[in-house]
Amino acid sequence: MERPFAITLEVGSSRHNKTGTWRVERPVYVDRLPPCNDACPAGENIQGWLYHAESGDYESAWRKLMEDNPLPAVMGRVCYHPCQTACNRGKLDEEVGINSVEHFLGDLALDKGWMPETAAADTGRTALIIGAGPSGLSAAYHLRRLGHTVTIYEAGANPGGMMRYGIPKYRLPREVLDGEIRRIEAMGVEIVLNHKVNDLAAVLAEKRFDAVFLAIGAEIGKRAYVPAGESARILDAVSFLHSMEGQAPPLLGRRVAIYGGGNTAMDAARTAKRLGATDAVVVYRRTRDRMPAHDFEVEEAVEEGVEMRWLSTVKHADAGKLLLEKMTLDEKGMPTPTGEFEELEADSLILALGQEVDLELLRNVDGVVATDGVVQVDRNMMTGVPGLFAGGDMVPGERTVTVGIGHGKLAARNIDAWLRGTSFSKGGRPELADFDLLNTWYYSDAPQTVRAKLDVARRRSTFDEVVQGLDESNALFEARRCLSCGNCFECDNCYGVCPDNSVIKLGPGLRYEFDYDYCKGCGICAQECPCGAIKMVPESI
Amino acid sequence: MLEQIEGSQAVARAVGLSRPEVICAYPISPQTHIVEALSVAVKSGALEHCEFVNVESEFAALSVAIGASAAGARSYTATASQGLLYMIEAVYNAAGLGLPIVMTLANRAIGAPINIWNDHSDAMAVRDAGWIQLFAETNQDAADLHIYAFRLAEQLSVPVMVNMDGFILTHATERVDLPSQEQVDAFLPPYAPRTYLDPADPVSIGAMVGPEAFTEVRYLASLRQHEALSSIEQIDEEFGEVFGRRPCGFFSSYRMEDAEIVAVAMGSAVGTLKDAVDDMREQGVRVGALGLRTFRPFPADAIRSALSGSRSVLVFERAHSPGFGGQLSADIAATLRSVEPTVHSVVSGLGGRPVTRRSVASAIQASAKGELGLETFLDLDESLLKREVTELGTARRSSATGGAVAQIIESSGPQGAR
Amino acid sequence: MPFQPIKFYQTGSFVVGNRLLSEDQRSVQSSQARTNSLTLGHRACQGCGEALGARYALDAAMRASGNQMVVANATGCLEVFTTPFPETSWQIPWIHSLFGNSAAVGTGIAAALRSKGKQDIRVVAQAGDGGTVDIGFGPLSGMFERNDDVLFICYDNEAYMNTGVQRSGATPPAARTATTDAVGPHPGEDFGKGKNLPLIAMAHEIPYVATATVAELRDLEYKVEKAMSFHGARYIHVLVPCPLGWGSAPSDTIRLSRMAKETGLFPVFEAEGGEVTSVSKIRHRLPVEEYLRPQRRYQHLFRPQPDTQTIGRIQAIADKNISRFGLLNGEPK
Ligand SMILES: Cc1cc2nc3c(=O)[nH]c(=O)nc-3n(C[C@H](O)[C@H](O)[C@H](O)COP(=O)(O)OP(=O)(O)OC[C@H]3O[C@@H](n4cnc5c(N)ncnc54)[C@H](O)[C@@H]3O)c2cc1C
Ligand SMILES: Cc1ncc(C[n+]2csc(CCOP(=O)(O)OP(=O)(O)O)c2C)c(N)n1
Ligand code: SF4
Ligand code: SF4
Ligand code: SF4
Ligand SMILES: [Mg+2]
Repeated sequence: MERPFAITLEVGSSRHNKTGTWRVERPVYVDRLPPCNDACPAGENIQGWLYHAESGDYESAWRKLMEDNPLPAVMGRVCYHPCQTACNRGKLDEEVGINSVEHFLGDLALDKGWMPETAAADTGRTALIIGAGPSGLSAAYHLRRLGHTVTIYEAGANPGGMMRYGIPKYRLPREVLDGEIRRIEAMGVEIVLNHKVNDLAAVLAEKRFDAVFLAIGAEIGKRAYVPAGESARILDAVSFLHSMEGQAPPLLGRRVAIYGGGNTAMDAARTAKRLGATDAVVVYRRTRDRMPAHDFEVEEAVEEGVEMRWLSTVKHADAGKLLLEKMTLDEKGMPTPTGEFEELEADSLILALGQEVDLELLRNVDGVVATDGVVQVDRNMMTGVPGLFAGGDMVPGERTVTVGIGHGKLAARNIDAWLRGTSFSKGGRPELADFDLLNTWYYSDAPQTVRAKLDVARRRSTFDEVVQGLDESNALFEARRCLSCGNCFECDNCYGVCPDNSVIKLGPGLRYEFDYDYCKGCGICAQECPCGAIKMVPESI
Repeated sequence: MLEQIEGSQAVARAVGLSRPEVICAYPISPQTHIVEALSVAVKSGALEHCEFVNVESEFAALSVAIGASAAGARSYTATASQGLLYMIEAVYNAAGLGLPIVMTLANRAIGAPINIWNDHSDAMAVRDAGWIQLFAETNQDAADLHIYAFRLAEQLSVPVMVNMDGFILTHATERVDLPSQEQVDAFLPPYAPRTYLDPADPVSIGAMVGPEAFTEVRYLASLRQHEALSSIEQIDEEFGEVFGRRPCGFFSSYRMEDAEIVAVAMGSAVGTLKDAVDDMREQGVRVGALGLRTFRPFPADAIRSALSGSRSVLVFERAHSPGFGGQLSADIAATLRSVEPTVHSVVSGLGGRPVTRRSVASAIQASAKGELGLETFLDLDESLLKREVTELGTARRSSATGGAVAQIIESSGPQGAR
Repeated sequence: MPFQPIKFYQTGSFVVGNRLLSEDQRSVQSSQARTNSLTLGHRACQGCGEALGARYALDAAMRASGNQMVVANATGCLEVFTTPFPETSWQIPWIHSLFGNSAAVGTGIAAALRSKGKQDIRVVAQAGDGGTVDIGFGPLSGMFERNDDVLFICYDNEAYMNTGVQRSGATPPAARTATTDAVGPHPGEDFGKGKNLPLIAMAHEIPYVATATVAELRDLEYKVEKAMSFHGARYIHVLVPCPLGWGSAPSDTIRLSRMAKETGLFPVFEAEGGEVTSVSKIRHRLPVEEYLRPQRRYQHLFRPQPDTQTIGRIQAIADKNISRFGLLNGEPK
């Protein structure tokens, strides 16, 4: 067509007008650290694996998770999920049920027989790990992935440490544990069972291994002194629970008292209940709110008929009965005796007062420092002895499976560096994706999905798993509740809301780019990014 | 085919024969009969492939035509007087956008005082808008000019306004030779727009143009108007071939051969002029008449050569710019800048006052005797004015700036009262 | 709800795209193949809601019409910032004629297409609030009344922005404009003035009338698509914040649109044949104060002391809208 001069213009010709020169601030894409990832002791990239789960690509989600943690099915059951406590969604409605999705993915992987990524090419380097608890297994897994030859010496008849000999079946079915450990073995990790290391110095002297990771846990039950008559039946919770893995469960009698207020006390009480105790009474010095046991554990215990005796100490134990002293809390919250006493009928008393590390094997090793009963390590998880690393319950820190796994991973990365003669650095910590960086208006209102529980009658009498996994649709729903804090999840909002068409969409999985030739720097994209993945920075002029 | 027919009906028929695709109009006397007839033709199905839009105002009428034309449809509207002013923004716009809309202007005076009768103030109000403005002398002319206007508009991408005197032509029944559809089709090909709103080839029409190019846009518009002059000659020729009636060109000339005095007019008054010329010739006055058909573009060269041999030019003009004078005479005077004749403005026929053969003749006579002033209001009713003029004069004189105004009144008053 | 949001998909349908939705559930704007009816390099201010609203609406109309569409535009910012010679930002067939005639130009285009039997090509006419509720009202009402096959879109930024922020018939009470300055005993626009064009459009009983904002893209696209499913006169009134005229941060354009709706000041609804058929419910109700405060045009309501009485009157308007249209969940409509 003939175009009449000036009045009629060729479409799209304004591209010649580069409006980018108007800008005083420019938007940039950032990946911020989601609080969940920040809080995960195992260093999982939770947002990262939820991203895949959201789209129903569970295998990718699982693989992403497996980059940091080899035991998702276990985690999904026993982890106390500090990630959820930190989760930003908690400030909106309820936190994302990260743990339940992990549970689902872990089970699905076992069900489908997914195997971890094959190990990197053999490095010819060898590592010894002592103890096949979560920390040892995690280190083994990560070292193997990095191509090293790994051997575990394990004192027990079966691997798993406290996951097997502490945590009861109704919380962690053994098939699940076995399945996940078997996967690690299948990668080529050698686990030598019934092999207790009594003298580490001797092992080190053999020089068969280029590096050693110690993860023997804290397996000795603390035995507070309780004055007792001769026929009183007193046992410690660790041994009690350990014996559950044997053929014959111990005889406790009908009325059982458990002394202590931690998770172990709850497990002991609930196990006693399942073994047939009519009464299972937890005796604790302080009040419920000061109990170290998690709320959910107390709740579940109470649901199952466990009774609680707060503000009480055991003064004396006799056959069939205990003498308790009532306590009161002083201003500092310390329990102080009141001089009032009462009796409690009990056929046995289980002490659940904490665990200690058995440092016996270290006696001939020079350079390892133990303070307050735990082994000191540096930032790299290395003890005072070069090439000797330690982690899990035996080093300072919180004693959980997840922390142990995190230690194992961190140690493995450092051992790898050590074996290669380099040093491992974690890299800079990205900015935290705080809640106020989010534009939460965009997220659908969606309350958390709660995992179903076994009915109470069955819980009281069997060791069947209490907490049921989510089904696919629930897991998907839950994954999709994730706000993807601080990380682009390709919602296309920036691409849509730019009045200047200055966001280039690169296609699925490739995210976006700014077209700085035209972007005027209005900041709408940053303001409207739901997850806080765009930052405005001053233009340097 | 020869028919005894009302002017409006003839025009409606001619427009219909031009196969318009969109017609939109808002009623105003004396245009109503034209659009009524067209609406019937469309509604009855007699006129096919055409939309008739009953709009809510003249502003909308021309705006609809603008939209339709920009979308590639042959578009037509009609109005007069107040209606034209109500759409004036769109009048300029249609021209600026180069849209070949054809509009009938059934010329009528502009109020206040409201007046439905004929004069040319409406046409003069938009003479600078960039439209081609043609004036019909007779109803035959009016009918022919519409067919002609579509051809011209589309060839040049310029809107064309066909002026016909309200009532005098629109409501007069005369013999008109209406062409056949075949003839019209042979003369007027289907509209092939220069550019239009087409999803297959999108453009942006109606850009904002600043100082950097506005002058050039205007220059080109002027160039196109000049181009029109040669197109008119060429189209006249083709028109003659198809219809066996050659249009008059830029103007009709009557007994001009040796004329010392030439009477000039546009529209229906030309006929009266011719009669008066005959009368005066009988009395031995060497007078001729020139009926201007093409007012915009203004055929300056042709007018200059037609009038250069005369002594006086009497412009009988049906509009007047208060505070200045007649617009047509000003244009002619400007054209004759360097040649001899004196241009006299004879303001005549305002608001429907008849331009009579006698009055025209008396003006010619005055001119022949050298008694005609430079500006004359024909047939001015002195008695009606007397009181007003005196009062106004007194009032002005008593005020500080009154002198100049009063003088104009005085100088025009007595002349007009002749 | 005019637009049933898709739930359970993380952001459901609140964001532009959402990779989790199936292709047919995604917005037009999320597509790499969207028309970009209004493209790069236009000269709108930073954060201009009108530029955004126009692209949203026209891209949706392009999709709905299978790219067979023509647009008539009134004078105003949208025209000026898109087509200064020698550049145009439009990528669709587009015409600008005058300030007050875009509806009539639309009518003309529609008539042309009808006479040529090309009714598959759809017509959109558009204008700012001034070009709609004031100067363009006559032709618009005529277009409605004749039920011409035109979709008219009003981009309402609540004043004559292009000429420097003067009051229009869509300027809300108390808002400061250059001709309703924040001076005198009653600063800003008077209460009790202005017209509600969506309701006036409904009174014409045209097939479809809807309101929308640039904050709810999916709703806006749904409405454009719905409108395009009808023939005859249709009207969509889109609230488009203007950082310049409202004295708001350019980055707040969408946020303010959202708040206009969430306070109830700008009811979002649709109507067929003159009857309201659905309303977009308020998701998280806000007091009007939160909407007014970030805008400099309402600054005099907060300085030196909050003018609680005037703010209360504005709140009353919101409350009235809420009950009139049933904007809260659980309220009928
Ligand atoms: C009853 C109970 C319930 C718990 N519940 C939870 C829970 O729900 N969630 C949670 O996160 N944490 C829980 N914990 C804590 C958690 O189990 C431990 O923090 C975690 O298992 C520590 O892992 P680790 O690898 O350091 O040690 P362990 O799990 O204790 O493993 C140490 C391993 O080393 C082996 N070993 C020890 N000494 C030697 C040696 N000399 N030679 C060779 N092998 C040796 C042991 O046999 C054992 O297999 C619970 C603990 C208990 C006791
Ligand atoms: C007939 C006419 N009157 C006045 C103007 C001046 N004018 C141009 S744009 C405009 C304001 C436009 O306001 P609105 O329609 O609300 O659009 P906005 O610029 O706010 O988007 C005015 C008054 C004009 N161009 N034409
Ligand atoms: S919403 Fe998602 S990314 Fe954010 S903290 Fe929770 S789980 Fe992590
Ligand atoms: S919305 Fe567009 S123009 Fe505004 S800052 Fe982002 S990319 Fe730039
Ligand atoms: S003045 Fe307002 S409407 Fe006009 S371009 Fe600027 S932001 Fe947009
Ligand atoms: Mg406006």
